[in-house]
Amino acid sequence: MHIAEGFLPPAHAVAWGVASAPFVVHGARSLIREVREHPESTLLLGASGAFTFVLSALKLPSVTGSCSHPTGTGLGAILFRPPVMAVLGTITLLFQALLLAHGGLTTLGANVFSMAIAGPWAGYGVYRLLRRYDVPLMVAVFFGAFVADLATYCVTSVQLALAFPDPVSGFPGALGKFGSIFAVTQIPLAVSEGLLTVLVMRMLVQSSKGELTRLGVLVTSAAGRKTGDSAGAVAR
Amino acid sequence: MSRNARINTLLLVLVAALAVLPLALGLGDHKEEPFAGADAEAETAITEIDPDYEPWFSPLYEPPSGEIESALFALQAAIGAGVLAYYFGLRRGRRQGEARALTRVRVRSEADPGPGDGAGAAAADAGAGAAGAGAGAAAADGGSDGGAGGTAGRDAVGEPAAARDGDGGPATSRAGDGTAAGVRAGADADAGGSGEAASRRRD
Repeated sequence: MHIAEGFLPPAHAVAWGVASAPFVVHGARSLIREVREHPESTLLLGASGAFTFVLSALKLPSVTGSCSHPTGTGLGAILFRPPVMAVLGTITLLFQALLLAHGGLTTLGANVFSMAIAGPWAGYGVYRLLRRYDVPLMVAVFFGAFVADLATYCVTSVQLALAFPDPVSGFPGALGKFGSIFAVTQIPLAVSEGLLTVLVMRMLVQSSKGELTRLGVLVTSAAGRKTGDSAGAVAR
Repeated sequence: MSRNARINTLLLVLVAALAVLPLALGLGDHKEEPFAGADAEAETAITEIDPDYEPWFSPLYEPPSGEIESALFALQAAIGAGVLAYYFGLRRGRRQGEARALTRVRVRSEADPGPGDGAGAAAADAGAGAAGAGAGAAAADGGSDGGAGGTAGRDAVGEPAAARDGDGGPATSRAGDGTAAGVRAGADADAGGSGEAASRRRD
């Protein structure tokens, strides 16, 4: 989903930067508030950022015969709500733009918007919706992470189609083209990300019950017991 | 292997299978450059749609070779994996410490000494209460980091000394409650480290 350096026309680059900036600033505020009010969550915040670091470095082969990588933003969005992920995702993207020539500074705004804002919000929305209808925790976590991942790549496709509409078929044609490169490739990877997020969440349920309860992920201890079965259902 | 570990292993195997299958089935064979990055393919698509487009900015730093680039990617993954491993290792250690502390508390309260050693027993019980208070406070706090519990536990450790100084009666009864509550709170709280710290001081 990284739009390469210089590959968005200046007007688009600026527009996406302007669109992303308030989310990142708001995210930084809520991150600071979270750390100040609950210093004990610093460690789990670090772990959420680390999950994004690992997953966005993992380039996996996909059914389309090309490679892409998951984003890892669903976990943090579910745990700490999406604004925090706007910051953690931006840090990851900056690391890659500055050291790996992956993505870029001029396209940072667009990449932040897709990976650190749209993805986490979409995934979080799906997770909350499923939880409201009493879907088991691990099933909701799976689909939250799956959607966060896939939505990121769909947004990238839209961003590129807006900047480079096809001369014949216009925006829809270009969207189809970029969508087939990004979104289709991403489907199996989004499944992988969903499974890995479930794995980490299972480990968290085991190791950090108190923290998950405070964050509202676990409601009662009964919910914790239910998760085992639902994770099994997802795995199967 | 426990059921839990089996499910976790199954999840990992599924992820590995999803990654290996496209390679094993040769799904990239129809391409000029099998399994190239989707990001690079998008760049190609852009130049197809708009052949005149020139990137107007180039990266400030570009890894000089594929080796350096893969090293930096590995570094990124290693940093992430390291932090995750630290987190789960720390949690596991805390839980084990908590379990050990609770066993010690139980062993002590079961081996109730005779009347000759009354003051000592009061001290031991008060200490157990302190450990319990530590766990309890952390539980009220969401049980997250145990930091608050640690402080509470340490403050409460002062009590055994008071008990030994002849103030045994009230200290015992208060501590007794503390132990019961503490054991229960400790069972679902995450304050292992602090609980153990408190009980060590008591020793």
